Amino acid sequence: MLRNALGKAFRFLGYTVQYGCIAHCAFEYLGGIVVCSGPSMEPTIQNSDIVFSESLSRHFYCIRKGDIVIVKSPNDPKSNICKRVIGLEGDKVCTSNPSDFLKSHSYVPKGHVWLEGDNLRNSTDSRCYGPVPYGLIRGRICLKIVFSTKMNGTIFV
Amino acid sequence: MAQAQGLGRRYIKAFFKGFFVAVPVTVTFLDRVACVARVEGASMQVFLEISFVYQEIKRCLFTDNSKPSLNPGGREASDVVLLNHWSIRNYDVQRGDIVSLVSPRNPEQKIIKRVIALEGDIIKTIGYKKKYVKVPHGHIWVEGDHHGHSFDSNAFGPVSLGLLHARATHILWPPQRWQKLQPMLPPERKPLHREQE
Repeated sequence: MLRNALGKAFRFLGYTVQYGCIAHCAFEYLGGIVVCSGPSMEPTIQNSDIVFSESLSRHFYCIRKGDIVIVKSPNDPKSNICKRVIGLEGDKVCTSNPSDFLKSHSYVPKGHVWLEGDNLRNSTDSRCYGPVPYGLIRGRICLKIVFSTKMNGTIFV
Repeated sequence: MAQAQGLGRRYIKAFFKGFFVAVPVTVTFLDRVACVARVEGASMQVFLEISFVYQEIKRCLFTDNSKPSLNPGGREASDVVLLNHWSIRNYDVQRGDIVSLVSPRNPEQKIIKRVIALEGDIIKTIGYKKKYVKVPHGHIWVEGDHHGHSFDSNAFGPVSLGLLHARATHILWPPQRWQKLQPMLPPERKPLHREQE
């Protein structure tokens, strides 16, 4: 009786570990579903939108200018931020605020990217904390899942 | 004939079943718990000498330019260290720890350095553009032990905690250098002011 119960418990544990590991590999090397919050990427991504992010681009180092990426926050490693890549290493970017009269420019250092939100008025991004190291990028957003009243679900690229 | 075919099919099924269990579990273990790596370079010379073991899976290159705490033998004898991912899952590092991180200048490379200062500390730099630096929130200051030959925070500034990869806990090879690596902060590199104790 006890042996039966122990056997079942171990089998259950084994399956949990196995599926947990498969889930980790999928999220780390393929991609996953992410819920975005905050107004900094409007109108492209609204508050509480569901998006799909893929991790292959980051592992093969083919993130391009204009991609929307999920990045570990430089000031808080436990939280993620979602911004658009405006400049890659070596690019010239404008570092001043839109309201400034005199614009200042700088070059993105090697191994870093310059991120900005689409909603420039309401976004803390590289204009605030500077260029972000490439190693902090988690994934690239490729799809947004939209639910409309007419259809059950639509996927927009 | 039919029996041989049945056996072959059973073997293939068993192989795939084993494959789909073993590969994810191994990869998750190497990513999240611990892995082994080889140190190359002179920046941690004397203390660490690391060897690559899972090079095929990760292509992870450590160029390490810290003090003579790693790689005293130089090119001929590289140290092998055990890298512990699990202990830094909450980004909980102490001053004096030897950690590996993704290089801020080259994301394909990993570097191994010693943590000198945590967020909020004020330290005196060696060869950095500012003489005194207060480490910003969410960042750490890392230095190699071999100051002349080290590509560390004195070159690229404070690094974000998100780039932390693992903590080096033991030297595994060569056997005469088996030891547990203790967090040791060189006394001349202590921060001038500590925010947290």
